[in-house]
Amino acid sequence: MSAVTPPISLRASGGLRRRRLVNKLMEGVGWTSALLAVAVLFVVIVSVAVRAWPALSWDFFTKPPALFGQPGGGISSAIVGSLLIVAIATAIALPIGILIAIYLTEFAPRSVARPIQLVLDVLNGLPTIITGIFVFGVVVIDHGQSAYAAGFALSIVMLPLVARAAQETLLLVPSALREGSLALGVSRWRSVVGVILPTTFGGVLTGAILAVARAAGETAPLLFTCSIFNPAVSTDVTHALPNIPVLIFTYSEQPDQALHEQAWGAALVLMMFVLVSSLLAKALLARSRRKLGR
Amino acid sequence: MMTDDVTIPVDVAPVEIAQERRTPSPTQRKVVFDIRDLAVTYGPTTAISGVDLEIYGNLITAFIGPSGCGKSTFIRSLNRMNDLVPGAKVDGRVLYHGQDIYGDGVDPVEVRRRIGMVFQRANPFPKSIYDNVAWGPRVLGMKKALDERVEKALTRAALWDEVKDRLKKSALSLSGGQQQRLCIARAIAIEPEVLLLDEPASALDPIATAAIEELMHDLKDQYTIVIVTHNMQQAARVADMTAFFSLQVEEGKRTGILVEYENTDKLFTNPADKRTEDYVTGRFG
Repeated sequence: MSAVTPPISLRASGGLRRRRLVNKLMEGVGWTSALLAVAVLFVVIVSVAVRAWPALSWDFFTKPPALFGQPGGGISSAIVGSLLIVAIATAIALPIGILIAIYLTEFAPRSVARPIQLVLDVLNGLPTIITGIFVFGVVVIDHGQSAYAAGFALSIVMLPLVARAAQETLLLVPSALREGSLALGVSRWRSVVGVILPTTFGGVLTGAILAVARAAGETAPLLFTCSIFNPAVSTDVTHALPNIPVLIFTYSEQPDQALHEQAWGAALVLMMFVLVSSLLAKALLARSRRKLGR
Repeated sequence: MMTDDVTIPVDVAPVEIAQERRTPSPTQRKVVFDIRDLAVTYGPTTAISGVDLEIYGNLITAFIGPSGCGKSTFIRSLNRMNDLVPGAKVDGRVLYHGQDIYGDGVDPVEVRRRIGMVFQRANPFPKSIYDNVAWGPRVLGMKKALDERVEKALTRAALWDEVKDRLKKSALSLSGGQQQRLCIARAIAIEPEVLLLDEPASALDPIATAAIEELMHDLKDQYTIVIVTHNMQQAARVADMTAFFSLQVEEGKRTGILVEYENTDKLFTNPADKRTEDYVTGRFG
């Protein structure tokens, strides 16, 4: 069979050709923007890693800072301190945040939920230096710097994040499940505890992990609440404890090349913590979505 | 008992009245619900109004009617599920064994405990099959012989044979028809007196639908069953009594009203109201 030329042309021509060109162009612009975002993260990670490289060693992770003027030393005390401070913040913010989210989604009438939601959003946008100076004013002036003051300050940073994330995932629970549970003659609270929370557990945990990652890197509140400390490893939360953000800040101001490297090393540790937490959170969220059958 | 993978011939006859049907004379009827001048409004919209109806014990009562005529709203007002809808307001009285379920001091949780409900779309909890059925009794303090209770409920819901070997598996792994029967098992596990079914088979294939209908027949000895259905044939097949709802348009406002309530045989073969006749003969709706 010989090829037959169709009576009408289905190839692009004239205006259509121009529209296709514009389409291609816009697609390219969008693609480049996306690439830029990825590139920024990549450049940050690589440049921090390269500068941190000379500082990384076993001692770096296991030893406290060296005494003034002496070589070596590590950031073990800052790691311990940061973990404790973030743990305190999580212990405060997680239960309160989840309870707020449950109240907002399951119990509060709209007229009450709206303003509370707005307050949470404002709190979320509050510059953390203000959080820091607030805690400085109400806790530190009277009781001095301490890890629990720092934890309290970070919990204020975490609270809106935990509450909003938990609220988002609670809203994902289909209302059919609420109805199914209530139709059994079960009280609302039991429905929440027995059906709704277990269903959305992964999502709530995801929000919590992201909030922890965010709080771990907060520096401003710690400058006010937990910046004058003995560099030795300690778990006494009634005193200021060394911590990674403040360590990065102070080391980078020192006229000492070795300390600069250690600051980069600490920055890498912090960044990896945030990165791993975010990936973990993603995985957990995917798991909880599957559980909901979405 | 039928299973989902057995093919059975599907009935496609226009309206076939079920063989076994109960039509107790008025004196033998046991009134479970006595509904008087019921109206439900959502904000400015009136979903249904002026409904007077008695629902009798150990019968299957079907509500039929065109879309938007308030059947679902009505059935949901029988166990106070409308309480959950913001802005919903119920006027009139729903007497359950003589007690107004909207009366002062009545706890909707207690009402729902006695009047169970199965919804249009199967809504199993994301738990194991066993826990779906056991959760209600456990929370309500019926912890004695829980395993037997679960088995009994699943057996009555005609699901036991299909799931007995995988009770610990997630309920979401079941097929749509099985999930709906699981929801029925979940509802009867707490031994309610009344079972409200809101279009329980509308999302199911004909085979699963047939299984649910057969199940309703088996259950009516023990329960009072009220079913909302879109499907006239289904009402004709399963219901002893049928109520026809329709829409009344007045000044541009559409309100659901009860047109006729009769023995299913009479409603389908010799309706008193012209509107019912138009609907059941397929001239309208």
